[in-house]
Amino acid sequence: MNYLGIRDAFVLVIVSAAASGLLAWGLGFLVRRYRAIFFALLTMAFSMILYGVLAKTERFGSTDGLNVHPPTFLGYAPVDQAAQITLFLFCLLVIYVLILGVQLYLGSVLGQMTMAVRENEIRVEYLGYSVERVIHVKYVISGLLAGFGGAIMALAVGQVDPESMVYWSASGEFVFVAILAGTGNVAAPFLGAVVFEVIRHFAWEHGANLWQLIMGSFLLAIIMFMPDGIWSLLQRVSKRKGKAT
Amino acid sequence: MTILQVKGLEKSFGGVIAAQNVGVTVSAGEAIGIIGANGAGKTTFVNMVTGHLPPTAGTIEFLGANIVGLPPRKITELGLCRSFQVPQVFLSESVFDNVLMAYGISEESGLSMLRPLRNAGREARVREHLVRYQIDQHTNTPASALSQGIRKLLDIAMATVRSPQLLMLDEPTSGISAEEKFDLMEIIMAALREEQTTVMFIEHDMEIVQRHVERVLAFSQGEIICDAPTAEAMVDAKVVEFVLGQEYHVGHRDDA
Repeated sequence: MNYLGIRDAFVLVIVSAAASGLLAWGLGFLVRRYRAIFFALLTMAFSMILYGVLAKTERFGSTDGLNVHPPTFLGYAPVDQAAQITLFLFCLLVIYVLILGVQLYLGSVLGQMTMAVRENEIRVEYLGYSVERVIHVKYVISGLLAGFGGAIMALAVGQVDPESMVYWSASGEFVFVAILAGTGNVAAPFLGAVVFEVIRHFAWEHGANLWQLIMGSFLLAIIMFMPDGIWSLLQRVSKRKGKAT
Repeated sequence: MTILQVKGLEKSFGGVIAAQNVGVTVSAGEAIGIIGANGAGKTTFVNMVTGHLPPTAGTIEFLGANIVGLPPRKITELGLCRSFQVPQVFLSESVFDNVLMAYGISEESGLSMLRPLRNAGREARVREHLVRYQIDQHTNTPASALSQGIRKLLDIAMATVRSPQLLMLDEPTSGISAEEKFDLMEIIMAALREEQTTVMFIEHDMEIVQRHVERVLAFSQGEIICDAPTAEAMVDAKVVEFVLGQEYHVGHRDDA
């Protein structure tokens, strides 16, 4: 976007999401035919190809990445403290809109079909809907959301580089958050992301050489004792309260 | 009115012939029993007609359109639905949510799939449907906790949310105790009569066949060896030899 001289945050975020969604749409035609580990590894393979291409392309800054100029907001170009506050408010706005959108989607017939496809693909086909289409739509939505997230991160950090955004360990963090929090609702991943960052922060502080071990142990404990994530714990508590009253 | 016309249907797996020269015409409103020993080609026939298995040769016309080669979802949309010998339901979900999902998928298409799954009208239709199949007392039970009989009813209830023109049931009473299966079949047939659904079902129990269908298709070695009214089929020489066996006597439980 530096080349085109576009610095408006709204345009950057939307273009980034659209590009990412378009890429997911294209890959989706292939990926939707696979399931489970094959699905995951194929997606990861494509991200590593993208990583390779970006890291080798000097025009995109190779492994150093590119700087992102401070954004403007519909013509308003704040500096210093004001820039940070505006950016933060902008992030909140984007997230708010996305939350509303995802919330509506999850409550729709198509959104609820996640459960149906996970539970029984044969039944879904015999009810009259294409399982592959459900997966493809979901894949594009993931792409769009990742595009929004990436753009916000780029604006906040002021830089984009392949190592922190496309390398497979970045995808791993999202998987970690998903396992930590649980899936199927909007609030859980936010909670998961916060908990993830808190754990990483303290693990890093108390054992700079051990932090990955600590993270790993934590993940293992979650999988063993709370397979549906932290969110399921809150649900259980609220259910118990509901029964008591 | 003819709704299904199958001609010269054939299926071979390598050298094994699972179906050959299968032809049958079904009219609206009929109830047909499909009988035959294990491996006679009954399920293969149902699988081919419902798009689960591509036939090697032959034509299948449903409501005047050739449906050979169509995926199951297209055949379902045309109004030909099926249930399974092993119930295909969403195990972790409640009975209500299973049927709600079925209604959601059948009532929406394209962009309207983005409409909310839950709305008052749809939930009312789900409750009505649960009553029709007499599984309303299990409304909030997860499908995984149901007995085999109730799970079969749920499977059939999910297969009928579109009010199909033709419903094919693959062994609706298999794996169910002798005491339960007569009641189960009464519930299913009463619900289908209410909706005026044409039905074909695979069944091993001749009492159920005699009680519920007026026409029988008997399979043996991939071929239809008899297609006749039930009373005639029960005394047909080939049916007695290849399907019923010598020890079966018609009407041996006329006290029932």
